[in-house]
Amino acid sequence: MTTTSSTGETHVAPQADHGDPARSLIARIADGRAWLFLAGLIICFEVWSRLAFGATFVLNPFNLQSIAIFAVAPLLLATGQTFVIISGGIDLSLGFIMGLAAVVAAHATNMAGAAIPLPLAMLAGILAAVLVAGVPGIINGLLISRLRIPPFIGTLGMFGVARGAAYLLAGGTTVPVQNSWFALLGNGKFHGVPYLVMITAVFVVVMHYILSQTRFGQHNYAIGANVQAARRAGIDIKDHILRLYVLSAMCAGLGGALYAARFTAGAAQAGEPLLLDSVAAVVIGGASLFGGSGTIFGTVAGALVIAVIQYGLVFVNVEPFWQFIAVGLVIIISVLIDQAQRRFSGARQDE
Amino acid sequence: MNNQEQTPLLEVRNLSKHFGAVRALNDFSMVVRPGEVVALAGDNGAGKTTLIKAISGVFQPTGGEILLRGQPVSFSTPQEAREKGIETIYQDLALADNLSIGANIFLGREPMRKAFGFLPVLDRKAMAVAAKQTMGRLDFHVSRLDAPVSNFSGGQRQAVAIGRAVYWDAQILIMDEPTAALGVPEQRKVISLIHQLKAQGRGVIFISHNLQDIFAVSDRIVVLRRGIQAGERKISETNHDEVVKLMVGG
Repeated sequence: MTTTSSTGETHVAPQADHGDPARSLIARIADGRAWLFLAGLIICFEVWSRLAFGATFVLNPFNLQSIAIFAVAPLLLATGQTFVIISGGIDLSLGFIMGLAAVVAAHATNMAGAAIPLPLAMLAGILAAVLVAGVPGIINGLLISRLRIPPFIGTLGMFGVARGAAYLLAGGTTVPVQNSWFALLGNGKFHGVPYLVMITAVFVVVMHYILSQTRFGQHNYAIGANVQAARRAGIDIKDHILRLYVLSAMCAGLGGALYAARFTAGAAQAGEPLLLDSVAAVVIGGASLFGGSGTIFGTVAGALVIAVIQYGLVFVNVEPFWQFIAVGLVIIISVLIDQAQRRFSGARQDE
Repeated sequence: MNNQEQTPLLEVRNLSKHFGAVRALNDFSMVVRPGEVVALAGDNGAGKTTLIKAISGVFQPTGGEILLRGQPVSFSTPQEAREKGIETIYQDLALADNLSIGANIFLGREPMRKAFGFLPVLDRKAMAVAAKQTMGRLDFHVSRLDAPVSNFSGGQRQAVAIGRAVYWDAQILIMDEPTAALGVPEQRKVISLIHQLKAQGRGVIFISHNLQDIFAVSDRIVVLRRGIQAGERKISETNHDEVVKLMVGG
């Protein structure tokens, strides 16, 4: 900085990022708001349950297990949705891709079980579900990247197609699974931790790695913030978008397979109520629907917030319809915090 | 000096670009020498944008040739032009606002390292170090390298865009209205950045509507009018009135 004056220029170069710590504190609170929500909710339910029933809410291992199981399916959809929303898109077809995958998993496991040992048949069923889920993902990706259909419309179309395909494949009913290993996977526990939760935890960590540590994840953020900039930087946008929607569809595919394991049956409507929960989890988790921000762990917190509300309200014996209101309010508050944070950082740019 | 005259960094010879019957650029020639700032001036629709898009590989010229250090080149994509050292800095700042300075400099070419000896991860540290050094060369000092570039002002972000070009060793920087969206102090910052690029021996093509900026920073000015070269002047031998006359054809 001292060399500046000798160049003959009249300007001096001050530290370019003065005064940032205050902003970064607020930004950090805003970024972590999902975890604050979660902590607040747990405290509320704990107090409520102690006052009303004299029983603990959060220290009860059965409650924790149930909440974790509750959160698994929406979380699997929401991890894929997180990638899509960060890129500035949305995937409305995930719910029925999950249903399709659940039906495929059930059929494939049954068919494979007739020929090969049950554990292998289970793996074949899961693999088939994930691969079949990739097909609508490819179509979504091609429609959006090649034919420039807006993600909202393209995936809304696929919502219908996947729904119809799932019901046709299921013959309009649920498809029971005859495979004891598959049932064990869906309902078994290891030291009190359900297998489903363990699989989901590993999966979430892998997805966090992809989003935060790889070029694919980095480009995903860049595309969400400024497609033009990403294109000019030489990123192959079409290829990225295609892989993105295949990835999100395969997340839903895994969700469908685990659904089939949990209920030992595949049902076309498996993911129907979960689609909006997945979007809500991503938004509560701190992602902006305009793209460019969000994290996997934020989404985990978002999914847990929804699960705690749903399970907690049942636990304290409130009419279940209040769940919708509570989740809705949390979404609105979350978006308000996001807006306030944007205004704040925007104001700083004006000086 | 004579040696420099003989091998210009960039030479455009009789370049033409036709869109159907429209001759957006017709038989246009210019040179850029190392350490030289050449301003392109002209009214809207005069062909400035067509020219820079032809040079930076966005358009294929209809006729004529582009020489880089005396060698004829042709670019089918902007990527190829960039690899040869021609970087365009756009008016609307081609930055991802949510990423750090380092991530923007390396966008699309991120360095990787192995975590725990096997797992490939983004080498954020290398990016931050490179960002700090590069921005330091542009007299732009920043300590919080993980902050997204949206935290910085317009001129500072312009500096990041220029820093990216400098890091990737661009020899020719095409700057399209780099001062248009900025306040006065920020404009002066960008002008001083251009002076530094010049001192480093790079060639700059500077497009602006602002004659004051052009006279503050350029060595020569090339005026375009309806796709042809309406005149070329050394800045030291001309004045605002003459340039305006060339632009409007008076």
